[in-house]
Amino acid sequence: MKAETNSIEAPATRAVNPKIFTMWLFIVSIIMLFAAFTSAYLVRKAEGNWVEFQLPNLFWVSTVVLLLSSASMHFALLAAKKDQFNALRISISITFVLGLLFLILQYFGWVQLVEMNVYFVGNPSGSFVYVLSGLHGLHLISGLIVLIVALIAAFQMKINAKALTQIKICSTYWHFLDALWIYLFLFLVFNN
Amino acid sequence: MSTAISTTEEVHAHGHDHDHDHEHEHHELGFIRKYIFSEDHKTIAKQYLISGILWAFIGGSLSIIFRLQLGFPDMSLEWLRPILGEWIDESGKLDKEFYLALVTMHGTIMVFFVLTAGLSGTFSNFLIPLQIGARDMASGFINMLSYWFFALSSVIMFSSLFIETGPASGGWVIYPPLSALPQAMPGSGLGMTLWLTSMALFIVSQLMGGINYICTIINLRTRGMTFTKMPLTIWSFFFTAVLGLLSFPVLLSAALLLIFDRSFGTSFYLSEIYIQGQALPNMGGSPILYQHLFWFLGHPEVYIVLLPALGMTSEVIATNARKPIFGYRAMIGSMMGITVLAFIVWAHHMFVTGMNPFLGSVFMFLTLIIAVPSAVKGFNYITTLWKGNIVFTPAMLFSIGLVSLFISGGVTGIILGNSALDINLHDTYFVVAHFHLVMGAASFFGLMAGVYHWFPKMFGRMMNKTAGYIHFWLTFVGVYAVFFPMHYTGIAGFPRRYYSFTALGNDGEAAFTDLNAFISVAAIITFSAQAIFFFNFFYSIFKGKRATQNPWKSNTLEWTTPIVPGHGNWEGEIPAVYRWPYDYSKPGAESDFIPQTVPHSATPESNLPEENDEIAKEKDIEGLLAAQNESYNR
Repeated sequence: MKAETNSIEAPATRAVNPKIFTMWLFIVSIIMLFAAFTSAYLVRKAEGNWVEFQLPNLFWVSTVVLLLSSASMHFALLAAKKDQFNALRISISITFVLGLLFLILQYFGWVQLVEMNVYFVGNPSGSFVYVLSGLHGLHLISGLIVLIVALIAAFQMKINAKALTQIKICSTYWHFLDALWIYLFLFLVFNN
Repeated sequence: MSTAISTTEEVHAHGHDHDHDHEHEHHELGFIRKYIFSEDHKTIAKQYLISGILWAFIGGSLSIIFRLQLGFPDMSLEWLRPILGEWIDESGKLDKEFYLALVTMHGTIMVFFVLTAGLSGTFSNFLIPLQIGARDMASGFINMLSYWFFALSSVIMFSSLFIETGPASGGWVIYPPLSALPQAMPGSGLGMTLWLTSMALFIVSQLMGGINYICTIINLRTRGMTFTKMPLTIWSFFFTAVLGLLSFPVLLSAALLLIFDRSFGTSFYLSEIYIQGQALPNMGGSPILYQHLFWFLGHPEVYIVLLPALGMTSEVIATNARKPIFGYRAMIGSMMGITVLAFIVWAHHMFVTGMNPFLGSVFMFLTLIIAVPSAVKGFNYITTLWKGNIVFTPAMLFSIGLVSLFISGGVTGIILGNSALDINLHDTYFVVAHFHLVMGAASFFGLMAGVYHWFPKMFGRMMNKTAGYIHFWLTFVGVYAVFFPMHYTGIAGFPRRYYSFTALGNDGEAAFTDLNAFISVAAIITFSAQAIFFFNFFYSIFKGKRATQNPWKSNTLEWTTPIVPGHGNWEGEIPAVYRWPYDYSKPGAESDFIPQTVPHSATPESNLPEENDEIAKEKDIEGLLAAQNESYNR
């Protein structure tokens, strides 16, 4: 557009769609929430009286599953860009199933923790693992809802190469949830 | 509504308008959609304002009740029994637990519900779209949700005032373990649970609001409205929203961990506590951790409250001094500096928690740096007023009052920021005096300045000027009479939040009996004076003198809308912006103000040499019209 060639900042030629921008701001607030928890973790850990334990093995499996779901989410976006509607629906469905599988694996990860006598109620070192993974899980459930909405839209043919905003929001949010979990997981691995 | 916009019509003809918001412009909304679940930023702003005013009277009356106890400890409060019931004990005195609840709820209500929601909620919503030239917020729906989350949170907080065990009583900072253990005090039972629930909803509301404000300011400015042509109000709302977006999630995390400790038995904040000889099972928690998390919000919150007031003051002072704001870019820079510094000074609230003295001196250093941008702002206000052609409207008086309070309260901040001096002054009335002047009263004056100044735009009518003057002088003198003496009681060692001072050494209580009574009388007079505002406000909504198009002869865009702007704000095109908003009393100009919509090509007599270069850009700005209209119809 014309304005991009001169120095005037042009609201009308904004590069970012306000809806996508809103989602990024929402992501910033989630980052701050978890930044607060992980800094609280470090501050608390520095004070001593900290029970150490192994993280459940299943967390490794669930991490791989979540990474795979990010890949299928990416395929969904590619499919939408090429107007491949069947591939789009299938990719979103696979992402959804993998997301669900991730949550189930996280739950059994908690079961493993309990078997190791690490409970939600007890030394904060254990409680923090439950809080971090639990709150991430809650956010992932919100991601699943976004996926369902996108899937419905895909069946109504509302997502196509000319209407990509929704699938872009959906995929960015999903990749963010993936990255958030990898951050939390690595954080726990290195600071346990 | 009749504001059917010609461009929207065109696009309809082309048939690619799928945007719901624009459908609304073509038919009258029902009562519920128009006044209750409204998505119009102006209606939402009024909802915030009226909620804020109601909360302010509740919060203020709580303070009057505890001031009666502090000023007149022997007085019989039997006459309050019809209102407070069992909270007045058999001897006719205020219940001691309820005193703590009053202090806590006064702080919570004033900080969050009045000065956060009532101030930034009202004016960010009202002024952002009007002053940047947007039809509405980026998302009207999220904006509506933001208000109704706030309303729900308000209802829960209000209901906690009426439960048998009383509302939360651990101070507005709700430090654990006091707030975490129901055994510790009655207020830490159900009252605390309701407090946490209410605040969680409040945080959600503030986040939704803040996301909307940032997105709107960045994406929906009209053509020509570059960042350096934005009024300082908009800059202040922007920084306020950034502060909220980054700090409220941290309060949420602090509150969540407290909820887990209270309701699920975890030990994030609790460790090795005995109650009546019984050891609690909680091991390994750290109450200091809570303070870190809380003050990481708590300190930015001070600026969330203050920055909108400062921004509106800049606007009101420049308009009514008929002079350009002194140091426009310095004002932006100092607000940016305050925003950054706000995040790295939180531990100055924790000097006496046993923190490492070296760490204390780092935080002291950072804290004292805040004096620099604050002083820049103070000087800029004064130099804007200097030799100005001052019009003393009530809004102007409240703005000048803000500058006064900001300075006299800010100076004591330098004293309190010293970690060594703070050992003596921590949690005394000196602190109470400091933050009530610099943050409480200053922000309240900003709120009042905003209401008096933008009332004509909100309701299409003027507030009564004489009542405004009486309100101002009673409030201004009253606020100083209340808070200035508190510096003395604070230095004398009177601790805040105490029910009585009978145990104070050196016969301190007797020595300050008269001063405490004086403060209480001043508080009652100041609070009563707010009734003048209350009646003026509600009377003027319905019966005030009709407003003119631009009653204060102001430059900003909101005065180019119809006197009572409809949905979409402007009939026809949104105006373009060609100049900064502070061209007041420009040498050579015919009028003493040149609105932002007047191009430089129309004012050759007053253009500065560099402004003649701007004329070439005017065509480019005009060329953006089609793209701007397009953006509303995507």
